[in-house]
Amino acid sequence: MASYSTNEFRSGLKVLLDGDPCIMLENEFVKPGKGQAFNRVKLRNLMTNRVWERTFKSGESLEAADVVEQDMEYLYTDGEFWHFMLTDGSFEQYAADAKAVGDTVKWLKEQDVYTVTLYNGAPLTVTPPNFVELEVVDTDPGMKGDTAQGGSKPATLSTGAVVNVPLFITIGEVLKVDTRSGEYVNRVKSS
Amino acid sequence: MTDRPVWQPSASRAALESRAQLLAHVRGFFSERRVLEVETPVLGRHGVTDVNLDGIPSAVDAGGVQGGWLQTSPEYHMKRLLAAGSGSIFQIARVFRNGERGKRHNPEFSMLEWYRVGFDDQQLMREVADLVCGWLECSPPVTLSYREAMQSIAGIDPMTITDRDLERYCEQWLEPEQLAGLGRDGCLDLVMSFVVEPELGREQPVFINRYPASQAALARISEHQGFRVAHRFELYVNGLELCNGYWELTDPADQRARFAADNRLRRASGKPEMVIDDAFLAALDNGLPDCAGVALGLDRLLMLKLGSTDIRDVLAFPIERA
Repeated sequence: MASYSTNEFRSGLKVLLDGDPCIMLENEFVKPGKGQAFNRVKLRNLMTNRVWERTFKSGESLEAADVVEQDMEYLYTDGEFWHFMLTDGSFEQYAADAKAVGDTVKWLKEQDVYTVTLYNGAPLTVTPPNFVELEVVDTDPGMKGDTAQGGSKPATLSTGAVVNVPLFITIGEVLKVDTRSGEYVNRVKSS
Repeated sequence: MTDRPVWQPSASRAALESRAQLLAHVRGFFSERRVLEVETPVLGRHGVTDVNLDGIPSAVDAGGVQGGWLQTSPEYHMKRLLAAGSGSIFQIARVFRNGERGKRHNPEFSMLEWYRVGFDDQQLMREVADLVCGWLECSPPVTLSYREAMQSIAGIDPMTITDRDLERYCEQWLEPEQLAGLGRDGCLDLVMSFVVEPELGREQPVFINRYPASQAALARISEHQGFRVAHRFELYVNGLELCNGYWELTDPADQRARFAADNRLRRASGKPEMVIDDAFLAALDNGLPDCAGVALGLDRLLMLKLGSTDIRDVLAFPIERA
């Protein structure tokens, strides 16, 4: 397996640290004019999502992690695994477990495309697009004429996600939602 | 997918203007003091032995000369001029250091280096203060010894702490196996960079002097309070290291011994040994006048003037755009 020396360190690099795949978030080069150079690095452990701070001496190296991100279409779940298919025309399928899918489960809509991070060829995480469009399946009755301002209510979407929406939203409408904040953006169309 | 090339400079028009003013300030400063401006090779036949400096080799092939090094500092060439009787000299040089890139580093940078014949480190520190404070319009620096700075900020005595206690102190940043190859000076560099330096020069600029003899580089060594210390100084402003100066070593035998020690360290740390610059040693044999010299990073001086924390703000084209 390839490795990266401190001179190659940069944000975005995927490396193995203490046996776990990590992504480099920040790399600060520190060196007195006459003296030993160090790299102070922040990494996110892709298994635990925890951020680590580590120091390396100039010239040390880290093993590269076999981590790749691929666009995949969500197909279906069998209750234990969530099945995805590469969008490159190969029809190759991957099964992600609950740990890999994590919170993204509430944004999974069949035929939508997600970013699946593979570690040693197996799904490690599933990342939704920044915005998804989902249908409202349940919410209190809308209040006509209240489109101007104020007030919100919970609405349950087709995936099971619950978001706060303006009072005028009704069942059957399709909403655009920001998956990063979990917030309602706008109505896409009325049914 | 390839990124589109970035053709624009990373420095603002104001930063370009400030750089031009700084160069004029420096030239005016030395012209008034009758210090001669010189130019020496950027591409030299020899590299530097210092284990912590990596040169960039050149593939030059011309007129029977093959191979050389982009200079990490104009020091050896300028000392050859001094040995030839140039008198006090200064140079605004482009210098090159491999592997150095970050918010305060670019592998190519501008260095102001000057030598004052007949000066010692104390006199040169006063001149550095005049130049820097004249440009930054700041209050004059205070002076702390390396030992005082380490004691008051890091709470360790660099002269007396045992290797074992020093390593234990450094375990907050490094694993024991990483510390194994670091050595005492490497550990002290870690403490200096991570703990002490960020605190230096917050209120007003600070000179650090009297470095441990093991960190003397090309400075003279003498005894102070029972410890062997180097006549070496650095200036810090706002936690930023600006310069490194010496009351220069003039003894060729001592210099040869330090070159040999450097190469032993290189061998031990798996770095290639460097061919010793015989022309430089021959110049020392001929006689280097008593002098003090200092190298000052001009890009960092610009960063301080402009309140920038990233060297790319003051470089027209940092390495990734160069």
